This record gives sequence, C-alpha cells and structure tokens, in this order.
Amino acid sequence: MLKTFKRGGVHPAENKLSASAPIITAELPKVAVVPLGQHIGAPASPVVNKGDVVKVGQLLAQSSGFVSANIHSPFSGTIAKIEETIDITGFSRPAIFINVEGDDWLETIDRTDILLAECNLSATEITSKVKEAGIVGLGGATFPSHIKLSVPPGKMAQVLLINGVECEPYLTSDHRLMLEKGDEVLVGTQLLMKALSVSKAFIGIENNKPDAIQHLKILAKNYIGVEIVPLKVKYPQGGEKQLIKAVLNREVPSGALPIDVGVVVHNVGTAFAVYEAVQKNKPLIERIVTVTGKSVKNPSNFKVRIGTPATQLVEACGGVPEDTGKIVSGGPMMGKALKSLDVPVSKGVSGILLFNGKEAKRPIMEPCIRCGKCVSVCPMGLEPYLLMTFSEKQMWESSEMSHTMDCMECGSCMYTCPANRPLLDYIRLSKSTVGQIIRTRKQ
Amino acid sequence: MNMTIIYTILSLSILGGISAVILYFVAQQFKVVEDPRIGDVESMLPGANCGGCGFPGCRNMAEQLVKAESMEGLNCPVSDASVMTGIATYLGFEATIQEPKVAVARCNGTCEHRPKINTYDGANSCVIAAVLYSGDTGCSFGCLGEGDCVVACKFGAMYMDPLTGLPVIIEDKCVACGACVKACPKHIIELRNKGKNSRRIYVSCINKDKGAVAKKACAVACIGCGKCVKVCPFEAITLANNLAYIDYNKCKLCRKCVVECPTNSIHEINFPPRKAAEAVMENHNENTIQTN
Amino acid sequence: MNQQIHVSPSPHISGEFSVPKIMYGVVLALLPAFAASVYYFGMGAIIVTAVSVLSCVAFEYLIHRFILKTQPRITDGSAVLTGLLLAFNVPSNLPILVIVIGSLVAIGIGKMSFGGLGQNPFNPALVGRVFLLISFPVQMTSWPIPGGFSTGYADAVTGATPLALVKEAVKNGESISTLANIPSHMQLFFGHMGGSMGEVSALALLLGFAFLLYRKIITWHIPVFLIGTVFAFSGILHLVNPEKFADPVFHILTGGIMLGAVFMATDYVTSPMTHLGMIIFAIGIGLLTVIIRNFGAYPEGISFAILIMNALVPLLNRWTKPTTFGEEVKNGN
Repeated sequence: MLKTFKRGGVHPAENKLSASAPIITAELPKVAVVPLGQHIGAPASPVVNKGDVVKVGQLLAQSSGFVSANIHSPFSGTIAKIEETIDITGFSRPAIFINVEGDDWLETIDRTDILLAECNLSATEITSKVKEAGIVGLGGATFPSHIKLSVPPGKMAQVLLINGVECEPYLTSDHRLMLEKGDEVLVGTQLLMKALSVSKAFIGIENNKPDAIQHLKILAKNYIGVEIVPLKVKYPQGGEKQLIKAVLNREVPSGALPIDVGVVVHNVGTAFAVYEAVQKNKPLIERIVTVTGKSVKNPSNFKVRIGTPATQLVEACGGVPEDTGKIVSGGPMMGKALKSLDVPVSKGVSGILLFNGKEAKRPIMEPCIRCGKCVSVCPMGLEPYLLMTFSEKQMWESSEMSHTMDCMECGSCMYTCPANRPLLDYIRLSKSTVGQIIRTRKQ
Repeated sequence: MNMTIIYTILSLSILGGISAVILYFVAQQFKVVEDPRIGDVESMLPGANCGGCGFPGCRNMAEQLVKAESMEGLNCPVSDASVMTGIATYLGFEATIQEPKVAVARCNGTCEHRPKINTYDGANSCVIAAVLYSGDTGCSFGCLGEGDCVVACKFGAMYMDPLTGLPVIIEDKCVACGACVKACPKHIIELRNKGKNSRRIYVSCINKDKGAVAKKACAVACIGCGKCVKVCPFEAITLANNLAYIDYNKCKLCRKCVVECPTNSIHEINFPPRKAAEAVMENHNENTIQTN
Repeated sequence: MNQQIHVSPSPHISGEFSVPKIMYGVVLALLPAFAASVYYFGMGAIIVTAVSVLSCVAFEYLIHRFILKTQPRITDGSAVLTGLLLAFNVPSNLPILVIVIGSLVAIGIGKMSFGGLGQNPFNPALVGRVFLLISFPVQMTSWPIPGGFSTGYADAVTGATPLALVKEAVKNGESISTLANIPSHMQLFFGHMGGSMGEVSALALLLGFAFLLYRKIITWHIPVFLIGTVFAFSGILHLVNPEKFADPVFHILTGGIMLGAVFMATDYVTSPMTHLGMIIFAIGIGLLTVIIRNFGAYPEGISFAILIMNALVPLLNRWTKPTTFGEEVKNGN
C-alpha cells in the first residue's frame, strides 16, 4: 500500500511529455535580465553599478532584510542598466541588465563534475554558506532556505523531508535531476541533515517516476539515515503539509509551520543547489526548467542560467508553436499565466508551458449546482463554494471564520468544479483582504 | 347581563392594569438616557446610511455631531448645503460650506485609443485582475473594465459603457459618497469639485510611465510634456512622475490647458462648444505636434 | 503566435465534469427505467414522458426569456432531467393537461421562483408531484395495471398498487400474510406491479445506479443508507408484528424507494454537501418514509419524506462542516 494523504485530492492527466528528455545545457543569451525580486521577502539591493564588469558567480545584489536573499551574476559581462521591466510576476519590477561577454567564472568556484561527498563544516557554517549562496526554495515557493535551517528557539527539528514529488502535470525537472544527479542530491540531503542536526531524512517521490525511485533507492544505500518513500500519485501530494501527512502521518496545525511538528521540508532542486553551494562554492545561478506543451515540437528539460529570456528556451525546443493561446510559468495547476514570453527565467521558474488556443480559453461560468465536489476534493478540508460566496459578498468576517487563510491555493476545487466557477480567484481575494484585516488587528 | 361576561371584563382589565404598571416601572428602570438632540439631528440627515461621511450610518453621524466641539471634518456629502447649515444652527456651531463634489474617472483608454494586447479570462472583478498582472493593454495604470466601481455604487449613478469599456458617471445621481473611489484598485476615480454650472476640467490619465512608453500604449495618454503647466495662468497644474494633475481648487476653468495638450488628454465637461476661431487654433496645435 | 494570449489566474486546466455532462449522464442512467416503463405500460409511458419533458423545457425557456429576462440555458439538460423525473413519478395514464400543470409547478414554483438552477431548496420534480397528488388525487392514484405494450393511455385498466393493498388490509384489520393478490418478490424486483411509471422496476433502477457510480456522478452514501434504513426499520417492525407490517424486502421493492434513493434524494442542488450530511439526510428520509407508510394516512411516503429532509439540508450543511486540516491538532487533540 503506497502512502498518501487521506483528505481530498484530484487526478489530473499527467502529460509528462518530457520525462525521457535528458537535461540540455541552454545556450547563453546576448542580453540577460536578472530581476532583483526573485524570492519571498524584500527585493535584494544592488551592489553593482552601470558599466561594472562582472564574472559568473559574483554578488550582484545583497539580501536586504531578515527575509531576503542574495543574488549572484549568472553571466560574465558588463552591467548595461538597472531598470524596471516586466518579469515573471506580471508587473514591472527592478532588474539588472547584463550584456553577456564570454563565460568567465570566479576562481573560487569548483566547476568540475567530481562528486564530493565529505564535508567537515559545522551546522552553522553550512547554514551561512547556504545563505551566502542566495539559495531559495526551488520548488516554486522561493522562500529563502537559510531561514528554514535556523530553527527558532523553543522548537526542535526531528526529521528532514525532501520533496521529490513533482505532482504538477507536465513538469519533469525534478524527475530528471533525481535521475541524472542522484548522488549530488543525496549529498545535499546529508548536508541539510547536518545543518539541522537531524539523523533521519525521507525523500518522497510519486509513483509515476519508478526509474527515479529505483535509482535513488540503490544510491541511498550508501547514505546513512536517508530513506526513499514512494507515494501514491495524487495532486497535491507535493504540498508540504500533505507530504508531511503522507510520509510521517503528522498534521501541521492550522496557522502553524512544519517546524512546529519537528519537520523541515526542502525541494530536491534546493538540495542539489545546497550541494553545489557548500561543496563547490557555487552560488545559485542556474536551475532546471521544463519547457513543454502539446504543440511544442521537442518538449525538453534545460539547465538554464537565471536571467535567460524564456523566448530563447522555447526557440530551442523547436520554436514557438503557431497556435499558442496561453503561456504558463510553473505547472498548470498553480503556475502563473504570462502576458508574453519576453520575461527572464528567475529562481522560481520550474517550467514553461505552452497551451494551444483550445486549451487556453477558460470555459464559461455557470451557477453553482451545489454538487459538493469542491468540498470533497479540498485537501485542507475547506468549503470552497462557501468561501467564494463570502468573498463575492465581501463578508470578510465569515470568510475568516470559515478558515479561508488555511487555503493553500492548490486549485483542486476549481479543477473539479462542473460549473467552471472561479472559486480560487475569489478565495485568493478573500485571503489577501482577510490577511490585511488580521495584520491591522494585530497592530 | 351574564355574570361570566362581567367577570371576564373585570379580570382582563385588572390583568391589563397590573401589566401596565409593571411595564411602566421596568421601562423607567431600564431607560436609556441619551441626548435628545441626537434624534433631532438624525431626522435632519438624509437617512441614506451610505457611509459617505465616513461613519456607519446616519445615527452614528448624528452622535458624532452632537458629541463634537465644532463642525470641523464632519460633513454629509450626499445632502445639500442647507442640511449642514441647518444642523450647524441647531447645535450652535459655525457652518462650513463644502463645495459639492462629484466622482470623476480619470482614464480615457477606450478600446479604440488603447488596444488590447492579450485576453483576460479570469473572474469579472477588477480587484482580481489587478492582483494577477498589469492588465490586458500596454498601460499598466489604466482602467481594467470589469466594473467593480459600478457594483459598489449604491445610488445607481454608474454604468459600464460597452463601446468604450470605461465606467460612465451620471453626474445628477452621483452624491460623491466615495464608494467607487474605494472600490477601484487602480485609484483611477477621484472626487473632484462639481464646479460652477457643473463644469470641470481634469487630466483624464494617471499613467506614470515615461512619455514614449505611455503614448505607445494609449493614444490619449498624458506624456508629461508640461505644456499645460506652462500655459496655466493660475498655477493650478503640477507635473510629477510624468503625469500632470490639475488642482480643482485652483482651477478657474479658463480651458487654456485643454487646447494646449498635444494628446488631448485633458477633458472639459459641460462647456459650450468652442467658437470657430478657437477651433482653428486647436487644429493648428495638433498639426504642429504631429509634424515634429 | 497568430492569436491573442489568454491570461487568467491559476489553475489553467480543468477536469472532466461539466453541467451538461452530468445532467445528460443522469438522463442516460434513467433510460433502463424508461425502457421498463414502456415495456409494462406501453403508449401511456411514452406520451406522459414526452409531454412532461417538452413542457418542462418550454416553461423554463419562457420563464427565463419573458419573466426573468435572462439568458435561457435549456441546453444544460437540467430541465430535461426534471421533466423525466416528474414523468417517472406519476401514473402512465395521467391526462395531458394535468402533466402540463405539474410541469409548470415543478419548473415555475419548484425551481425558477427561487432563482433558477442551483438555488432551489426543494426537489422540483417532487414539488410538482406532491402538488399534483394533492390537487388531482383521483387522477394521481388510479394506477394502470401493467399489461405490456398494448396497455392503453387514457383507457388503461387501473388497479391498486401493492402498497395500497397492504394499507387497505391493515385498515380493515386483516392480516397481511392472508393477502392473495400481492405480487411475489421476483415480480416486484422486475417491475410487474402497479405504480408510478418509473418506480416499478427495481432492476432497471439498480442498473441506473451502477451507471451513475461508474461515471462518478453520485456517491454511494445516500442510496445505500436510505435503502438500508428502510430495510432495517421496516425489518424491526415486521419482526415485532408480521401481521400488521409487511416484510422489509417488500418495502424496498415497492413504491418509490428505489427511484427516490437513486435519483430523487441524490439531486445535487437539494442534498447536503458533505458525506456525513448525506448519511444523516438519507437516514432521516428512510425513517420518515417507513413511518408514513406504516403509521400515516398515505400508502407511500417517500415524496413527503424527501421534501421534509430537503428543508433541513441547510442545517445539515451547517452541522456537518468538515474539519479543517490541522484543526484537531490545533485544538489540543
């Protein structure tokens, strides 16, 4: 019996078109755009100026606050300008434009492929290296990882969970990373275990990746304390609360964090980035991105430097399909729709999906037929139809009492709704309004 | 006369009498003592409970007025001047006359002037669209056209024009309560003086991008050229962040800026049509700009 | 890219369910029952069904267009479904005018007066049926005897249903076991008895139930608990006094229990939103039905039982709110 989370969940068609495509290194662009706000928290403040010459791995912008992260240059070249431009968020944000010249790396970075499994650094040293390297959650959340590694006083970390689930349809970047860089991922896991001072780690992988499970199980024999856990295929198994429930059968209390049940969760991509940062002194400057879609000629997985324009990646897949009707950054359930492909890849971009015209159009909304399917698929045990009604009528107190803040925005409710109601649109609105009300109340 | 009837009448009358006495004493015991003026002031207010004064309902506004030391900051925007002067006299205050205001939507980005560059498919709410991205046109400041302002208006003074995609404010019905101002996530709507003879002039744009970027997105955007600032004899126009703004208290409705604006971004409302000579001047200005 | 890019908030894919798919799925599930009704009641079944469906669709269109002045949406299948269910709840020799009035009440009062699809608290077909039962008691209780396809429409020979026979017997103080003209269990299962058109054949309705489960249109909770409660409660009564109370198998195979359990009580709009709520709902209907059947004035009680429980659905939704993930832990569990 495969482990799974009990409540809710849907089964969208997997469409893992690029599952067997090995990772290709993307070409360097001519002009790179590195946004300053690629993570949750305050955008980083630039430490370079127009005209400066930078090398790969050099610090471009400093973390500016408790919840913030460093940004390093993924390219060598000259800083052209620091200006606002439309980025993956859909809004105009400040970014550093670099005219790419050559591929000069900082001498401190180890560019070889040799596996380095030994590490003599202490827990705090590992955490500060992670912080310096500007590593953020690469599953898409982009939360600065070093914060999760510094356990607040009064709480204790017992277990590390590595999220190799990749429950979103179409995305295969984590899958390929586990297949091709399995050892590095496991070393990264051990480094994270050391940083948290825990002796046990589980890597959760959905059962639709049997090759990755098999491969990692064999490799994990050499790594003490690391166990691979195959999980039943169900969306949203990759949500951290659902992952903790499935693997450890612990429920994170409403309004609390995983650390409150003694768990810290990191994505496999983050574990790999930690390996590179700690063992190879390489800051976070590149990541794996899946470019896919039913009309894309060659769905592929790329190793991309941050700041590469998305158009270049799609061209490398055989060109932008003629009938493209929607562009999504991330997965189809929680990803963000883009206005155009002229945006740079940033730390949180796990995939670029291209939908054709038919798939792109949202069906017309009908009145709620009270079927109750949204209630039965919600993994957080909420009543989406009710939350949408409260939000439409601006009844914020009732929204708060119905636990709208617990919604993880997975989209299962809207996916399954027969009447195509925009449930999640309104629930997001109520979350932001109620969040604002709660913040002003606390002051 | 049947004795039953007499007994019935007697017993019911005695019961009624006892209840009346009990009720009287209980009412006296639990009486809420409040200033009798609150009820009077409340009856003078319009009773729409629209919240335009900033307080929850006319009763609350009456309480505030009676409690206050002066009429400073207390104004019912939906009633005319006589109401506030009446209340001021009743309470023994000095009345401050407020200029009547009206809501103005400062965007002229119609489907013709501001072409759409993508299709918005989400829920029909401006707030939701505003949180998602910078809009379905090249201007990230302009009206999103989903009508949150129309829904917010409780006086039926707004509707969405299907041809232009912009909200229309019916000035006779608008009471300047400010609900639409709060509802608009782009802060396009502003409460401005209704003006003498209901005439007013305003810059119908809030785009803060550089001139070239703004003009590329919308043909009638304010490009921040500053010509209006120079020509205004009353120093009523200021330029900040590539955007001109007319101070409605200083504006004397001379209309010089309207003619001067190269993109026709400044609007004049309820003015008579111009004489022929002025129209020629206006055309001349437009032609000059285009040949630059 | 030769067309405009669409931008909307996530999610960007959607599942297989849609309102027409669900409505027409239920219509498909009703086809075995329709076939059975034609087999037993002939032309009458076809006429009544056709008139009912057509008038329901027509009334919905007219009310949308001329009274509510909104966009008519008759293609989503819900009016067709109401028409079918209303037809299956009435005898096959019901006069056309009566059917039309029933459709008007079902759609106009039962559905549109509350605001249209999704807003009605009571099952529209049942509202229509109960209205007809009370307004036209004679026509609504003259049940044609099943005679194959040649059973006429207006001139069909009528007789009492098994439930009516039992009620009569109990009223006269006779023992049920002495009744001779009650069909056997096998006959009841296949549908060889008098009754409303759609409710006679348990076999056909069970086929429909299987189809609905396969298509994931309904869950098993309401039908299983409804039939189970009726079986258990009437079983207890039968054990206590077999002379006055018929056996439980008889009860679940006669009258509208099967039709009500699979198609009427499971109507999305008028049933609870949570599984626990559905279970309580079904148990309530079962209890009320057995009580009305055995202790009430009417021989059949499921229509009233469902309508009564429909009224309690908002309360059930409130009482059976699902526990939020992590709520038990937060409250110190």
